[in-house]
Amino acid sequence: MKKVYANADEALDGLLQDGMSIAAGGFGLCGIPELLIDALVKSGVKDLTIASNNCGVDGFGLGKLLDTRQIRKMISSYVGENAEFMRQYLSGELELEFNPQGTLAERMRAGGSGIPGFYTKTGVGTVIAEGKEHKEFDGETYILERGIVADLSIVKAWKADDTGNLVFRKTARNFNPPAAMCGRVCVAEVEEIVPRGSLDPDHIHLPGIYVHRIIQGQHEKRIEQRTTRKKETA
Amino acid sequence: MPWDRNQMAARAAEELEDGMYVNLGIGIPTLVANYVGDKDITLQSENGMLGMGPFPFEGEEDPDLINAGKQTITELARTSYFDSATSFGMIRGGKIAAAILGAMEVAENGDLANWMIPGKLVKGMGGAMDLVAGVGRVIVVMDHTNKAGESKVLKACTLPLTGKGVVDRIITNLGVLDVAEGGLRIVELAEGVSEEELRSATEATIVG
Repeated sequence: MKKVYANADEALDGLLQDGMSIAAGGFGLCGIPELLIDALVKSGVKDLTIASNNCGVDGFGLGKLLDTRQIRKMISSYVGENAEFMRQYLSGELELEFNPQGTLAERMRAGGSGIPGFYTKTGVGTVIAEGKEHKEFDGETYILERGIVADLSIVKAWKADDTGNLVFRKTARNFNPPAAMCGRVCVAEVEEIVPRGSLDPDHIHLPGIYVHRIIQGQHEKRIEQRTTRKKETA
Repeated sequence: MPWDRNQMAARAAEELEDGMYVNLGIGIPTLVANYVGDKDITLQSENGMLGMGPFPFEGEEDPDLINAGKQTITELARTSYFDSATSFGMIRGGKIAAAILGAMEVAENGDLANWMIPGKLVKGMGGAMDLVAGVGRVIVVMDHTNKAGESKVLKACTLPLTGKGVVDRIITNLGVLDVAEGGLRIVELAEGVSEEELRSATEATIVG
């Protein structure tokens, strides 16, 4: 069982084909798989359907795959932080399926857990509910949402061991665990691969069973909105 | 004088009780955190954090630590982190006592519209639909009228909904209204605002 690969290109080798579906971790630019996105750009794979909460910004994150026209459809809760996204969407080049954020996260978690669908109150009475099965439970109306199973998951973690056990850092965890779970194959990029046995088994956030390939690399970790406060001076 | 943004935030903070887990939206709701005083309130950030702290000092920003508005923030002694599915599990599961959110329109039956204007740039609903469907109490904080002077407190929403029948209480620059049987009930007037002023700025039915 060899999970550690030398770089992102090698880690994606043999996994890519045009028209495939990809689940990507990250929230905004926080905890996004930067290196694997770069490798996707380099590979030229196209007509992608990508499930990701956001679509990066102009020229960074998943925004890079927009510049190269490799994305056919996005499944997201919040987009439009980049002009190229809106241009392609408004011109009809790019398809967009809005999912409420919690519904998107649960669709991934469910898909990865062998649950083909689940009922939720989220979106009842809104455009999101149109065309979906409605069902009453205990006097309340719910809609049926489907689990997502993606051909490939790309995620970013803080640390991994060589068996694929992952540890995330602060709010960079976000969509990464559910995205990892819902892929038929999951490739994770991390800041550090540590020796087997050096992660506390009680502190593993995502067990290695969900992670098939791992790479270590340098991350830019760009900040989208730098907000600070002044130190009070005496 | 109608309330200003800070007075509206301060009034909304009165809704919060000791021990509550609360989610604050973007805009005026964010200011509510400045007015909780000594109350023991835990703020949730739906990207995966309970116990949200203030903005970091300059030079101490951490790209791995942001709020749902993608702003850099800090952690507290009580902070916990979790993934997005767990985060919305606690929202959908009714564990979050209240959400304080902005709005474009609210209707007398509690319908809320705050995510899209047809024909304009649509960025998405983010977590708003999950929040209004799941949390214990939904409190809207917004100006009573739009820039053209038209009421945002309506008989029926004209914009696409974020949630149907989800709003419990509306706090505006003119006062406080509750969604009640048959319409809205006036709870409180902003200091110096007459009931007549509030009624004339409200399109929705007022039942008392």
